Amino acid sequence: MSRKFATWDTAIIALTVLVLIIASLVVDNFGTSRNFTFMVLDLLPIILVALPMTFIIVTGEIDLSVASTLGLTSSLMGWFWNHGLSIETIIPLCIVIGAVAGVLNGFLITGLGLPSLAVTIGTLALYRGLALVVLGDGAVADFPFNYTGWVTGTIGGGAVPNVLILIVVLALIFGVILHATPVGRSLYAIGANAQAAHFAGIRVARTKFWLYVVSGAVAGLVGVLWTLRYSSARADNGAGLELAVVAAVLLGGVSIFGGKGSLPGVLAGVVLLTALQNALRLEDVSGQALNIVTGALLVLSVLLPNLISSIRGNWQRRKLRQSAA
Amino acid sequence: MSRHRLAAVLAATLLVAAGCGGTTKDNQSDSAGTQASATADPNAKLKEGLKIAYLPKQLNNPYSDVETSGGEEAVKELKGEYKKVGPNDAAASSQVSYINTLIQQQQDVIVVAANDPNAVCPSLNQARTAKIKVVTFDSDASKDCRDAFINQATTQGIGESLAKMALEQAGGSGDIAVLSATPNATNQNAWIEVMKTELAKPEYSKLKLVKIAYGNDDDQKSFQEAQGLLQSYPNLKVIVAPTTVGIAAAARYISSSSYKGKVQVTGLGLPNQMRQYVKDGTVKKFALWNPADIGYLAAYAGAALASGQISGAEGDKFTAGKLGEYTIGKDGEIVLGPPTEFTTENIDKFNF
Amino acid sequence: MTPAAARPPIKFDILKTRELGIVLALAALVLYTTINNPRFLSGQSVRDNLLNTAILAVMATGQAVVVITRNIDLSVGSVLGISAFAVATVMSDHPGLPMIIAILVGLAVGAAAGLLNGVLVRYGKVPALVVTLGTLYMYRGITYSWAGGSQVNADELPAHFLNFANDNLLGVPWLVLIALLVVGATTWVMRNYRVGRELYAMGSSPPAAELAGIKVARNLLGAFVLSGALAGLAGVLFAARFGTVDASAGTGYELNVVAAVVVGGVAVFGGSGTVWGAGLGALLLTVISSALAVLDINQFWQQAIVGALIVLAIGADRLVAVRIARSLRKRDAHV
Repeated sequence: MSRKFATWDTAIIALTVLVLIIASLVVDNFGTSRNFTFMVLDLLPIILVALPMTFIIVTGEIDLSVASTLGLTSSLMGWFWNHGLSIETIIPLCIVIGAVAGVLNGFLITGLGLPSLAVTIGTLALYRGLALVVLGDGAVADFPFNYTGWVTGTIGGGAVPNVLILIVVLALIFGVILHATPVGRSLYAIGANAQAAHFAGIRVARTKFWLYVVSGAVAGLVGVLWTLRYSSARADNGAGLELAVVAAVLLGGVSIFGGKGSLPGVLAGVVLLTALQNALRLEDVSGQALNIVTGALLVLSVLLPNLISSIRGNWQRRKLRQSAA
Repeated sequence: MSRHRLAAVLAATLLVAAGCGGTTKDNQSDSAGTQASATADPNAKLKEGLKIAYLPKQLNNPYSDVETSGGEEAVKELKGEYKKVGPNDAAASSQVSYINTLIQQQQDVIVVAANDPNAVCPSLNQARTAKIKVVTFDSDASKDCRDAFINQATTQGIGESLAKMALEQAGGSGDIAVLSATPNATNQNAWIEVMKTELAKPEYSKLKLVKIAYGNDDDQKSFQEAQGLLQSYPNLKVIVAPTTVGIAAAARYISSSSYKGKVQVTGLGLPNQMRQYVKDGTVKKFALWNPADIGYLAAYAGAALASGQISGAEGDKFTAGKLGEYTIGKDGEIVLGPPTEFTTENIDKFNF
Repeated sequence: MTPAAARPPIKFDILKTRELGIVLALAALVLYTTINNPRFLSGQSVRDNLLNTAILAVMATGQAVVVITRNIDLSVGSVLGISAFAVATVMSDHPGLPMIIAILVGLAVGAAAGLLNGVLVRYGKVPALVVTLGTLYMYRGITYSWAGGSQVNADELPAHFLNFANDNLLGVPWLVLIALLVVGATTWVMRNYRVGRELYAMGSSPPAAELAGIKVARNLLGAFVLSGALAGLAGVLFAARFGTVDASAGTGYELNVVAAVVVGGVAVFGGSGTVWGAGLGALLLTVISSALAVLDINQFWQQAIVGALIVLAIGADRLVAVRIARSLRKRDAHV
């Protein structure tokens, strides 16, 4: 585990830093403070949803329903607003509803023992469908400016976006839990071998259940932020985000089989994808090419470590044979 | 035990939050700021070398391709720099990142067809703060976040034309249905409203509007909605589709089904897409403005704004190349002109 | 209970009840809708439903085979897109080409895409979910770059190509015949041929299959190539049926295809389920959406219903599996 941590994570962090430096030097208008604000706003939803997603994938499961949960809370936010609820009530309510969506996922997966991939593909359709039922194709837009303005605004009108505080605080909390507490270690244990973890006294089912609840709650929060950022509650908000999040998490070095990966790697993965997109757009490279880059990076993020380790394995075997001879 | 306590805490939080009122839809103050217009100098010369960027609803839409091709022509005449960018999907939020990029690139004019009138607003206002002129076309953004809007035709004119064509095609009486874009499409809804007022008039008393279906401007969805309409309403005589995607899909379905010749399709369509169905008799008549002229007019309006010739105020006048002189109307609207009707006689004269 | 009593393989009994369940659900749905609106069973309506099912069923067939081996192919929507655009471009550039060439082009494009998926899964040792998620992006991106905003319209395509979607043989449209042939032949092979049984074995226990001397690599590549080729074929059918093809053709189809397979009783853990069950799943999903339109139920419910169905279907599978396991244990205890 620690070996993997040292190699792929460091590589992806180094690559991210390299891309940021090169882009600032080569791409016009990339390194400006305004562009920094834009990038932070663009990576906000991916990075927040990626935090609990990292936990879930580390335990060897997956949650594909997050973007639909986001859409559902966004829809409901518009509906509540139209029905006269105050925004101060709506925001916690939406987070709770997101958590409830997570409770259903968690129950189906840990309570009934169903495969998380199939369950969350099902709830992906279900939650998005409910979002459409709530708001149809309509949009609700007249949210109060002091809230929408906060999400898009910066601290004191400077270069640091308000939402960056939120990102930093949540990333720190998740990072500390994963890397510095028994809970975090138990997640790795579950992902490495759920049965062994169970025998070691870890409550596997309960832990996974709460991960889905947290994932739902965070998706609910992101639904609120998304709605406020675009001043527009719509059922199709965030459609397809789950793929971007999973891509970023895997790119960050988390193994889809569980048990491996680190949060700094994931954060680097998100920043790398967002920065690449931003730089390519500034260079007028079409969104199409972006798709190819994202897909290729995703496959390579797993393929390359595999190739490297198999080449290294061959080399060591040869060396062994040589020393034997 | 702890689980119950958590639930109780959450419930209490909600109740407290609900109890102390807070900001609701009814009591919020409208604080969206509007920008003061600069004064215009009608004699200012149009600047050369202006960077004019087009941001359609999405790429890969043949209709907006024609619109922007007109823009490209005009920008060339203006000796400016033309650029077209856009998302692959028409989701409300996907345009925002592109607007941000255009701000970073310091364009002079952004010509945008808004996917959502509000979602693009904060970014467009940021662009205007950065001295970029914003012209909307095709689908307007809220009027306090753009400088001018190119309206393809008056809402009244299109609504009337749709009702008139429906009456002709139905032969004076019978059931008609509308196949629209999305239920919240600003244009389509306004036209359908006018159409409904028209239908209430005595000369339309024998026409019955049985259903408004939505194909979401998605080819396949529109196709299936057309199919559903005919299954649900056996006496349907005319499908009116006020969207180029919808009319083409409806015509394609009818032309390949047993309803061909019995059910008419009309509405707003692109001649190139509809040519086949006009020739095989599925469609007798449909209408549209020339979309290339919209993009063309937008470029000149943007250039006039960026050169200080006009400020976007009502009554400002400017000349748009081959299209002649235009006057800005209420709320910064510039109306292109009346729509053209296409029939089997004239369709071969148009190529867009 | 004596050990000799229940001889026929239990697995097939469960599957039969599963497929019977879908047929019953279909019958109830059709009956209810027809009572409300008799035109639902009119010739035109039945034909439309079958035509709409055809494309989904062809893709579900390939997906079912891949899922049976305990893998997944999420790239099928993008493969449909690239194939539909390739075929439409070829046919509009060379209107004289016969239909069979169009079909072969589609199959070839799809098979190549599927082969890449298979190679990465098998030899790159990258999980299928990751590979096909990646190629979902890549194939779509390639199609967008290639199309560059253009689209092929119906009037640019030769008449014989477009008529293919409407022509029929003895009253059955070609599209439906092709779908029946694909589902039927694949079901037959999976059930009665060695390779079919090997694919089930691979899904039941990948390491055991390897140890048993099954040519896992060959079979796995074969499954992905089949899934790709059938998605490519679906692209041809899509282009012929809808006439207008742009780079976004088939976006999001993967969800419907996986839904059809899962609702049709193929377990995501691999090793069980049938191809014709997946075909039935495709039919059920299509009939639901058209019934909603006919019954004038808010179209927005459609996706929620599909989602609920998937969850119900896997939940039901699980319950049945648990009960069977319990009864097996009981029987063993008696012996």
